[in-house]
Amino acid sequence: MAILEVNNIKKSFAKCEVLKGITFSLEKGEVLSIIGSSGSGKTTLLRCLNFLEFAEEGTISVNGNQIFDGKHFEKIKETEIRENRLHFGLVFQSFNLFPQYNVLENVVLAPNLLKRDTAENNQKRALDLLKRVGLSDKIDYYPCQLSGGQQQRVAIARALALDPDILCFDEPTSALDPELTGEVLKVIKGLKSKDSTMIIVTHEMEFAKSVSDKVIFMADGVIEEMGTPEEIFQNPKSQKTRNFLNKSLEQF
Amino acid sequence: MTFEIVTQELLHGFWQNCEVFALTLLMAIPLGLVVTFGSMSKFKPLSALTKVFVWVIRGTPLMLQLFVVLYVPGLVFGVPMRNRMMAALIAFVINYSCYFSEIYRGGIEGVSKGQYEAGQVLGMTKSQIFFKVVLMQVIKRIVPPMSNEIITLVKDTSLARIIAVGEILMAAERYAGKGVIWPLFYTGVYFLLFNGILTLLFGFIEKKLDYYRG
Ligand SMILES: Nc1ncnc2c1ncn2[C@@H]1O[C@H](COP(=O)(O)OP(=O)(O)O)[C@@H](O)[C@H]1O
Ligand SMILES: [Mg+2]
Repeated sequence: MAILEVNNIKKSFAKCEVLKGITFSLEKGEVLSIIGSSGSGKTTLLRCLNFLEFAEEGTISVNGNQIFDGKHFEKIKETEIRENRLHFGLVFQSFNLFPQYNVLENVVLAPNLLKRDTAENNQKRALDLLKRVGLSDKIDYYPCQLSGGQQQRVAIARALALDPDILCFDEPTSALDPELTGEVLKVIKGLKSKDSTMIIVTHEMEFAKSVSDKVIFMADGVIEEMGTPEEIFQNPKSQKTRNFLNKSLEQF
Repeated sequence: MTFEIVTQELLHGFWQNCEVFALTLLMAIPLGLVVTFGSMSKFKPLSALTKVFVWVIRGTPLMLQLFVVLYVPGLVFGVPMRNRMMAALIAFVINYSCYFSEIYRGGIEGVSKGQYEAGQVLGMTKSQIFFKVVLMQVIKRIVPPMSNEIITLVKDTSLARIIAVGEILMAAERYAGKGVIWPLFYTGVYFLLFNGILTLLFGFIEKKLDYYRG
């Protein structure tokens, strides 16, 4: 059974239709990359999955349970939204760490507030996660004392601390200096396992090629093409996909 | 007329200034937050009304507002304001609430949307986001402008003299009336000392909050 089923999601801002019916599904342990030129609606899609925006149409199901239906979104209660959000994690392009808390506090804050476990166990888990992202020696640093790459790795640990079913990344390396993207991509790649399902919006084509099980190419609010990395990168069927890939190759 | 007696007299007057100062702060700091919520309200008529009110209060002299609070209840509603201290306090609290509210608003609006969203995707409630994520960042932002405003308040308390609240300048004027001018200048020492202490205090708070940026 698919861990995530997204069916016919539509979203407009004012009169502008940004998502024009997005449908895809994802199996547990799969990594999905979403590529596409800027403005094609990738961020909006992730924000709809995390309920930072509400789609006007379409459904979202996790583990076979429908958790969202655009028809009824105005009736959803705040507590329900919050519970549904916890199926997803989101790593932002701009990190959004809490500046007044140190690295460890950033990671344990939400698990403690949500009473996920005892404070002691939450802390133990946070320390484990920080070790996984290679920041064990920085736990009492403040975000302003870290490089962008380190901040993003903290943000990843913070998202993992709530153990989401599906972890989403919105261009996790776009705000980083080129020499820092590697460390973050390595961490994300290291998370790939049979239990962790991820959706990664990225402009790093080599990375998408090597990490993904599935790739979606988005253009103008629709899924222009979807397939395995080989299908998309080696034999793109759509002219739009070919143009996009050629353009992104030219940049390097 | 010895130096000690003048010092005593002026201290007595300055006590009134301190009273106006402390009570104004005590009430205007929370009331300012109420005004902020009014002006940031999504209910348009409320926010428009609040903004006009703030504009009027910030756009007219505090001295005029003191007169209004003292005389308007008697002239318009037939219930004269008998307690001058009370009148002064009302004017000060309203005036400073409006100034504080604008500082709060700037502080709250200065926190990026990303901070709220990060809290949301981590499943926090609205109040958890406000108290655990946003508030500290707002406080850090507003300490410098608040300290400016509070130091201005110390000096403004002398305006209460205009409606005959017996504050320090009024005490000094009595000497001036008798031809002794130095007590009037001497009052400056009280303000300087008081503000000196405040400046140190705010410097200390700012330093305490300096452990992070952003
Ligand atoms: N809050 C919003 N209000 C109005 N328009 C928006 C908003 N968010 C995104 N858009 C518009 O939606 C389109 C898709 O944006 P986005 O999802 O950020 O694309 P991408 O992440 O692929 O670059 C853009 O044209 C953008 O201007
Ligand atoms: Mg985007």
